[in-house]
Amino acid sequence: MIVNIIEFFRARLKATIRVCLVALAALVAWDALFVSKEHVHTFVERIPGFWAVFGFVACVVIIIVSKWFGHLGIMTREDYYDD
Amino acid sequence: MTEPWIHPSAILLIGAVILPLLPRAVRRIFIVLVPVLAFCAVLLMQGHNGVYGVVPFMKWQLIFGKVDELSMVFAYIMTLMCVIGSIYGLHVEEAAQHSAAWTYVAGSLGVIFCGDYLTLFLFWELMAFSSVFLVWFRRRKESLASGYRYLLVHTAGGLLLLAGLVLRYRATGDLSFGPIGVADPQLYTYLIMAGFILNAAVPPLHAWLPDAYGEATVTGAVFMCAFTTKTAVYVLARSFAGMEILVPLGVCMALYGVVYAVLENDARRLLAYHIISQVGYMVAAVGIGTPLAINGACAHAFAHILYKGLLFMGCGSVLHMTGVSKFTQLGGLYKKMPKTFVFTLIGGLSISAFPLFSGFVSKAMIVAAGFEAHNYWAGFLLTLASAGTFLHTGLKVPYFIWFGKNNCSQETWERAGDPPRNMQVAMAMAAFLCIFIGCYTPYLYDMLPFPSVAAQYDPYTATHISETLQILLFTAVGFFLLLKKLTPEPCISLDLDWFYRMGGRLFYWVARKPVQSVDNAVGEAWNRQGIVPLMRTARFWSWFDWHGIDTVVDGTARSVRALGGVLRVVQSGSLQINIISMAAVVALVLTLLAFV
Repeated sequence: MIVNIIEFFRARLKATIRVCLVALAALVAWDALFVSKEHVHTFVERIPGFWAVFGFVACVVIIIVSKWFGHLGIMTREDYYDD
Repeated sequence: MTEPWIHPSAILLIGAVILPLLPRAVRRIFIVLVPVLAFCAVLLMQGHNGVYGVVPFMKWQLIFGKVDELSMVFAYIMTLMCVIGSIYGLHVEEAAQHSAAWTYVAGSLGVIFCGDYLTLFLFWELMAFSSVFLVWFRRRKESLASGYRYLLVHTAGGLLLLAGLVLRYRATGDLSFGPIGVADPQLYTYLIMAGFILNAAVPPLHAWLPDAYGEATVTGAVFMCAFTTKTAVYVLARSFAGMEILVPLGVCMALYGVVYAVLENDARRLLAYHIISQVGYMVAAVGIGTPLAINGACAHAFAHILYKGLLFMGCGSVLHMTGVSKFTQLGGLYKKMPKTFVFTLIGGLSISAFPLFSGFVSKAMIVAAGFEAHNYWAGFLLTLASAGTFLHTGLKVPYFIWFGKNNCSQETWERAGDPPRNMQVAMAMAAFLCIFIGCYTPYLYDMLPFPSVAAQYDPYTATHISETLQILLFTAVGFFLLLKKLTPEPCISLDLDWFYRMGGRLFYWVARKPVQSVDNAVGEAWNRQGIVPLMRTARFWSWFDWHGIDTVVDGTARSVRALGGVLRVVQSGSLQINIISMAAVVALVLTLLAFV
């Protein structure tokens, strides 16, 4: 059953991606229009869709910074510690 | 004191001793029974707060059973995890592996219930010495070395703790284990803290964790990921609540683990780095120290034990079935191991704090406590780390094992499949609890040390759900856009264990080359300049003693013996020859007399 569900979505990859993008847009719209911002602690949290931007930027920053750090010499061959 | 009280560690330790003696046929029942009994012993303690198991020892009172809300929540989840872990390892025939795991859990529970530093230290060391076997039992050359490093690091940590508690005892005359007084930290405060945070894997004392957990046995890693670091969180929460330095340390941990997880190619090492990241939240929460934060630390430890156990069980199943755990040797396994995929995904969604999963109701408490304490930097950076958590454990692990490019060798592909039934049952139990905690919050919240504070906290507000979903789903967008950057590379990442790995080699080289050369040279010189003349002198004196002193002092015996030797040649024992000799001597004497 699990395999069938996965293959169902894989066979309709483009449609799946489109549905996901619509869902993302709906989420931001819901946040902007209906979610109360009364109890937030900082002013940035009042900006509609702030956390969406935060999530995306966080992801990009983490990947780029980590890879940059890794290529400074931290990433090395697998047999580095072998005698 | 009057009520009967059974220490759950005692049950596990007795079980650990008996198990290898049992016939194989009944072992399986016993493997489930013992942890269940320990769990029941904990359940019986609920609502019976107090001090039990007080043993006088020399001039101290050792306290083995301090039961309160804080110890109960940890004891509950640890014994429960012991049940799940034992079921997961049910197929393991080697009894010693189960015994080691139970002894290890007994060590953790001993720490959870102890009321004084001496008992704490005893069980603390028991934990280190029993868990190392879970690494060694994998029986690879690398695991042997890893285990030794693990043991050395933990022994060093234990010594820091010992030094701290001895200094503290000298300064205060008090051995009781409780809030240490963070407002006025002394040298011993820092030493004890260093001992504790080494077990919590706080950088720079963290490198033992991915090193050992990546090399442990499949079932051993499931146990290890649950106990050492969470026991450390417990002792920190009990004694160091409000220690401010723990906030930046915890935030660094949360981010450190995430950065290394990007670079990691081995699934289990990636999960190990994520333990550092997750324990970072708990350490930061202890540093914040408010009731909400301590609740958050406990809740997150509780949820973490389950979802991290589940993730290690999932990736362990992949390793158990295929024999590999590196992303560069896996991929596209959804057809072969679909159930394992779903369980691992549930673990991934829980750790990432998706609504309706366990991490959502626990992690949120810590972040909220950070914001409420006006520690905005901590709040935002921990939120940043949670994006990273989803990126790796929620997306990278499932994607590169079950989807992505199929890097499997023919052999890996053929061996792949869902694991034995007992492993699936254990994963299903953990997965169920992950979702149950996420959906029904009172189950966890009522157990926390400050239940009234927890009851007022509601994670399911529209603001919080919207915030979390935005962060996570847009992280997913970033993941798919930068998928190429994340493609695993066949490499390892250098970490701070470099210093003691290479330091060990340097020590070995110094011992082998310069020290041994000097030793050889001194030995040689002694031979030539010392031994040879000495031997010559000795030989001379020996000769002098024999021929000089002896001849003069007690030479008589030797002279008589020499004469006897000469006479013996004459006295051959033959009668005719004796008569002839005698006759010859007489003839000679007569001849001489005739001439003279």
